[in-house]
Amino acid sequence: MTTTQLPSPGRRLAEPAPAAPPSKPRHRPRHLREQISGWGMIAPAAVLLLAFVFLPAILGFGLAFTNARLVSPRPVEFVGMDNFARLFADPTFWRSLLNVSYFAVVVVPVQSGIALALALLINKKFRGVNFFRTIYFLPVVTSMVVVSLLWLFMYRKDGLINEMLSAASFGLINGPDWLNDPATAMPAIIALSIWQAAGFHMIIWLAGLQSISGELYEAAQLDGASRWHQFRYVTWPGLKHTRTLVLVTITIQALGLFDQVSVMTQGGPLDSTTTIIYEAVRSGFKQQETSYASAISLVFFVLVLLISAVQRYLTREKD
Amino acid sequence: MNKRFTRILATSVAAAALVGSLGACGKGSASAPSAGSNEITMWTHNAGNAEELKAIENIVDSYNKSAGAKAKIKVQAFPQDSYNDSVVAAAASGKLPCIVDIDGPNVPNWAWAKYLTPLKLDADVSKNLPSTVAKWEGETYAVGTYDVALAMLARASDLKAAGVRVATVEKPWTKDEFQDALTKLKALGKWEYPLDMGTAGTGEWLPYAYSPFLQSFGGDLINRDGFQSADGALNGDKAIEWAQWFRGLADQGFMAKKSGKDSTQDFLNNKSGILYTGSWAADKARAAVGEDLVVMPSVDLGNGPKIGGASWQWGVTSGCDNSAAAMDYLSYSLKPENLAAVAKATGTIPATDEAAALIPAYAEGGTNRIFMELSRNYAVMRPETPAYPFIATEYGKAVQDILAGADPKTALDKSVKAIDANIKSNGGYKN
Repeated sequence: MTTTQLPSPGRRLAEPAPAAPPSKPRHRPRHLREQISGWGMIAPAAVLLLAFVFLPAILGFGLAFTNARLVSPRPVEFVGMDNFARLFADPTFWRSLLNVSYFAVVVVPVQSGIALALALLINKKFRGVNFFRTIYFLPVVTSMVVVSLLWLFMYRKDGLINEMLSAASFGLINGPDWLNDPATAMPAIIALSIWQAAGFHMIIWLAGLQSISGELYEAAQLDGASRWHQFRYVTWPGLKHTRTLVLVTITIQALGLFDQVSVMTQGGPLDSTTTIIYEAVRSGFKQQETSYASAISLVFFVLVLLISAVQRYLTREKD
Repeated sequence: MNKRFTRILATSVAAAALVGSLGACGKGSASAPSAGSNEITMWTHNAGNAEELKAIENIVDSYNKSAGAKAKIKVQAFPQDSYNDSVVAAAASGKLPCIVDIDGPNVPNWAWAKYLTPLKLDADVSKNLPSTVAKWEGETYAVGTYDVALAMLARASDLKAAGVRVATVEKPWTKDEFQDALTKLKALGKWEYPLDMGTAGTGEWLPYAYSPFLQSFGGDLINRDGFQSADGALNGDKAIEWAQWFRGLADQGFMAKKSGKDSTQDFLNNKSGILYTGSWAADKARAAVGEDLVVMPSVDLGNGPKIGGASWQWGVTSGCDNSAAAMDYLSYSLKPENLAAVAKATGTIPATDEAAALIPAYAEGGTNRIFMELSRNYAVMRPETPAYPFIATEYGKAVQDILAGADPKTALDKSVKAIDANIKSNGGYKN
């Protein structure tokens, strides 16, 4: 997924070089050499990307229209739209779409909000600020699988979270069996996902905050702006580009929800936590239906493309 | 995008395609690693199980040193989680080793996909535990050196305190007796849930552990006559009865909808009264509980107790260019002393009586002898069809959904529909 954010160096290098005036023909060979070395430098990355990202993706899209299987002696046949017809008639697919939307709709604003709040907190100069930066960032460098396993224990009926709820309420609150109740499983996964990933976006917000010139704040203070007004009219507009980046990355990350589900709930209970990617992996590997999994992936790709395009359109420069 | 960029892009795509097609050419030469030399490779799933791996390496060493060795065997061990993926990937690129181990129920799938070749062994396997010999369409494709058996473990003192008789192979508990036993055990107030069925299990555990109950009720995963449809078997009245009974165990507070991570440990820590688990847990339990431990057969829910048959087994791949040597090694590994060595190391049931006689616990009158009887009397093979891996995932999901509160009929109908569609889309999995 990260590939979608890679800057494309090819584009810049490919800008047409200013046409050399005909009176200086001897400059051409040097231009050519520069061009060649430029291409030579991006070649390794370009070849790897083509071979391991673009080609498999294109092959995958092709497979979606066949009946290819992971393990089978039968020849692969073209079956047209069969896989898609089956997919759109599958209630589990619609359920996974709903789950992912639910996850994204909650996670995108809450996670970016919390990350911004954390960034504002640590964007101060005081003793021990690095300590807090490290603490907030720690979950990010921990693998999601490890985090999921730990929270799996914490979410148990007699786990840490319920014990804390019970202790804090003097035994009044008897917490649910978080991950085994269709009503609480997704919120539980949402909470842990935000906890794990907020630190990463905090760093991005922080970079944005630090790029805002201090003079603007001084000027605002001279004008007698309150702290809220400083935030509203200096900080917020200054974070315009950061905002777009955070929005797009969290959205894509949220749509690709998989690790937590695979480790903690396997899509259950009653499909309440299944996601598009989880369904693709389940059909493709556990159920050996390569073509069906490819169809799911293709639909997912189109979906992400559409959502990103809409976001790009909404956050475009409006002047 | 200027012209040059387009041109270079086109060249790169062409180059990448060339690389891709060169890779594809490799497909033709099967079993490349072993070609030419008198060495054949053997893959096993037990990189994470030091005792089992050691036992297998010992057999391989002694074979390699024996005078009659037809080839040198080289062992490569994989972690269990990635083993199947490795085999599938190797098969796709034509790089399968000569000998592979396979989880029993997957044998028909791999045989159908032509990964495996029918075995022609010198060793006589007719007296082996039937569940250690994997057959499909009349041919033997894999043999196991051991099997495992499901049973119920309990403490004799608890049963006595509750006034419940100990179930035996001659007289297993009936459905009503089981209900009565659980009610009485729960009344003791010792445990939140008297029964631990390992409901937190995932993957193959779900069909392995719970489809025998379905079969004891009279249902099944699929109609075994031709293996073309699950309709009526997996969603018939008997199957609904099974689902309601199973769900009822949770609803009545006899077992957790999702048990702890380590059911055996929970039993040893006295968090449950009856543990439904495999023979692999027996040695550990006996070491902790001692004489008080009783091993009981599973419940008779109408058609006698049933347990899942078949564990990991060995097969020879169809691309192997020295299959005579591979078969020779397998025959060698089936000698009683070798069977006994592996069974001893893994705490499993040896495949033959001769081998069992070499292990005190499994010899006549031994403490683990009961597992051998359970296996011989009650083992039901998981359906011997290439559709099994698919059926297993659907059934596993149905079990989880039913426990989570789904309507049994709806959940099972959904599985049946998916299974039947899968079989149809594979042309009936006909050879």
